[in-house]
Amino acid sequence: MKGLRLVPEETNLNFIGLRFIAYAVSIILVAGSIGLTVKNGLNFGIDFTGGTVVEIQTPLSESAEVPDLAELRTLLNGLALGAVSIQEFGAPDDLLIRLPQQACDGEGGDVACAEVQQMAIEDVRRALDDAFAEAGEVDYRRVEFVGPQVGAELKQQGMLAVLFSMIGILAYVWFRFEWQFGVASVIALLHDAVVTIGLFALTQMEFNLSTVAAILMIAGYSINDTVIVFDRIRENLRKFKKMPLPELFNKSVNEMLSRTLMTSGTTLLALLALYLFGGEVIQGFVYALIFGIVIGTYSSVFVAAPILLNTGLKRGAPVAAEQAEGQEA
Amino acid sequence: MINIAPWKIVLTLLVCAFGFLYAMPNVVGVGVRGWMQENLPGWAPSKTVNLGLDLRGGAHLLYEVEVGVVLKERADSMLQDVRKSLREDKIGYKRIGVIPGGVRVTLLGKGDGEAARRILRKSNPYLAIETDATGLIIEAVLDETGRREIYDQAMGQSIEIVRRRIDELGTTEPIIQRSGEDRILIQAPGADANSLKAIIGTTAKLNFHLVKDPGASGASRSYGFAEDTTRKIEVERRALITGEMLENAAPAFQDGQPVISFRLDNTGARRFCDVTRKNVGKPFAIVLDNEVLSAPVIREAICGGQGQISGGFTVQEANDLALLLRAGALPAPMAVVEERTVGPSLGADSVEAGKKASLIGLALVLVFMALMYGGFGLMANVALTVNVALIFAILSGLQATLTLPGIAGIVLTIGMAVDANVLIFERIREELRAGRSPISAIDAGYSRAMSTIVDSNLTTLIAAVILFSLGTGPVKGFAVTLGIGIITSFFTAIMVTRLLVVTWLKKSRPTGALPV
Repeated sequence: MKGLRLVPEETNLNFIGLRFIAYAVSIILVAGSIGLTVKNGLNFGIDFTGGTVVEIQTPLSESAEVPDLAELRTLLNGLALGAVSIQEFGAPDDLLIRLPQQACDGEGGDVACAEVQQMAIEDVRRALDDAFAEAGEVDYRRVEFVGPQVGAELKQQGMLAVLFSMIGILAYVWFRFEWQFGVASVIALLHDAVVTIGLFALTQMEFNLSTVAAILMIAGYSINDTVIVFDRIRENLRKFKKMPLPELFNKSVNEMLSRTLMTSGTTLLALLALYLFGGEVIQGFVYALIFGIVIGTYSSVFVAAPILLNTGLKRGAPVAAEQAEGQEA
Repeated sequence: MINIAPWKIVLTLLVCAFGFLYAMPNVVGVGVRGWMQENLPGWAPSKTVNLGLDLRGGAHLLYEVEVGVVLKERADSMLQDVRKSLREDKIGYKRIGVIPGGVRVTLLGKGDGEAARRILRKSNPYLAIETDATGLIIEAVLDETGRREIYDQAMGQSIEIVRRRIDELGTTEPIIQRSGEDRILIQAPGADANSLKAIIGTTAKLNFHLVKDPGASGASRSYGFAEDTTRKIEVERRALITGEMLENAAPAFQDGQPVISFRLDNTGARRFCDVTRKNVGKPFAIVLDNEVLSAPVIREAICGGQGQISGGFTVQEANDLALLLRAGALPAPMAVVEERTVGPSLGADSVEAGKKASLIGLALVLVFMALMYGGFGLMANVALTVNVALIFAILSGLQATLTLPGIAGIVLTIGMAVDANVLIFERIREELRAGRSPISAIDAGYSRAMSTIVDSNLTTLIAAVILFSLGTGPVKGFAVTLGIGIITSFFTAIMVTRLLVVTWLKKSRPTGALPV
């Protein structure tokens, strides 16, 4: 039983020749992402801004009634807790309620301020319990509250996590390859991270802790893809001593094309299942991952290798880590 | 390549067997699991994956303790000590007062500086003492060690009290630990956050004070009544009885009203007896967390060490308060600064969704691999299945916590785990195209793809490790399964498929096309 071929056995697409078009596309994507992020800002979730999210299931489902969102909105906004937002979450009788951070008058410090936030949550619970008292009991499926101090810390932690993993990955690539490879792969990685953030600025989807995790994961995946192409370039550099570099790069990318698409394919299949069936709670996270993997695949083919060519990589430079060859013979 | 050392074969098979055995408790029914737990020796697999709060439902509460209150108390008592010593030693001072974290003394004469500093030093060994240019103003503030000591003490005590309170509630396996300098993390699976918060958030500092005679001298304090805070009462500053003197407290009824009956320890009983005997006919106030519960008049000396507190409680309030008094007071107020509570219904839904998504994801990848790589694809699929079993075996064995993002990590690993095999198979195809014989193509495929596989796995592992060390809650759960998945997939993709491929090679000795 022989397997199918995702791409023809021997492709010879001119990726390097297309590099200026790819650069143009990427520059537009990156500039657009930065522009959008600056202009629209990101829709930070409560992980970073502080605030409260309450997910409830109304007791109306038994009578197949749908909660009146407008009425609930008026009710909750009457509590003087700032702009309370209510939206459907997955099902018509499943609601997501967001409370803004409550203002503190500065007296009593953090603990007193946290107290005020808790009181706001209790107010909302009481109002909801009353509103649905006739229909039955409200199911509080989820309550998430993040105080302002904790939010600021989580933001800092998230940024540190991104920074450290970038440094860690860069250090690894640096150690395994020559510096040009490190620079090119980090450019590709930043490209993917920035464009993913741009997607969040464009769609105004909630940007929270799990988004940071997704971006790190995308960084890991992107570097992984890039390293695999680079590995082949390095191998071919040793094998074909006379071949002009653009041709050699093209050959390498083409040789790895089938693998790149296969692995992206299986990963995307798994993620697709997660997106469709994994439930509302992680949908944002999976969405970011799917987008990032598509972008990461694009960048390892169209961005990383061409940039490596443009870093002025010379032949005959000592190639690091040659010993990896005969490890498992 | 064609010959795998026998010990490697044994090891590979053992690991696979271990994987399936330890993953098994997760798929068999509860009944079988119970049987296994009872009838198999302790080392035998019987544990299931430990579900996180987001999957089983429960409360995650991060409290911040206002340790500043304790610091202030400490500074207050230091002030009393120092003032007393200054008076005893006849050192003249113009002013003495509390400043943040310490006291400030303004002396009358320069000559007393040394003596005053000695008194300060004696009151607390961990003071940073500074004298201004005039030599008259001396500031003594707790230094880093002193501060840390107070923090550690207050936090340790708070955690102990919180633990006692939660234990009284009967919550199963709660995690209560210090987090950072002044926070306490509480994770209580299956607990209702609201009742938890009601119990934890109350300081429960109980004091009995004599009500101050109008016109009498001495330090006093004014408290409002719990029922009506605008009604104030002036009491003597010094507490007659404190909560620490309580030996027991229980809810009870008096004239059909819920009350709390308490018993004092020996010191408390003696003092209560003494004071009540001297003050018959006068009122005293029962103060809880700076609010007066009631202010009964002493009718006769109370000497048995027993008494009752009334305060217009509901039955629930009386129960809760009795519990709090038994467990003791918190050294300082604290409040929730982060809460993540998941109800049981959402948890169950998430488990279902996670299961469904993982199974469908796995099925899709299996089919895709079989289509793309034929017979070799099937071998990779065996490895992938072993991989999933290994992930669950390790999660169960280590009793690591599986969260919803953790499930996402597993699904992602399923998609990425085949990468190593994809690399190898693609390489084999290339080598075949280059004209190598099947066996040498397979050999080259494995050995040449190796460095690439190591590189690609290590970069992802770096990201996972950093996520784990810097992440909190949900992110951590993702990093755990991702990290475990990378390690297991490295093993299964290399060792398991190789064993299968080699076994197949030896049996069929292919000369023509390979099923790849």
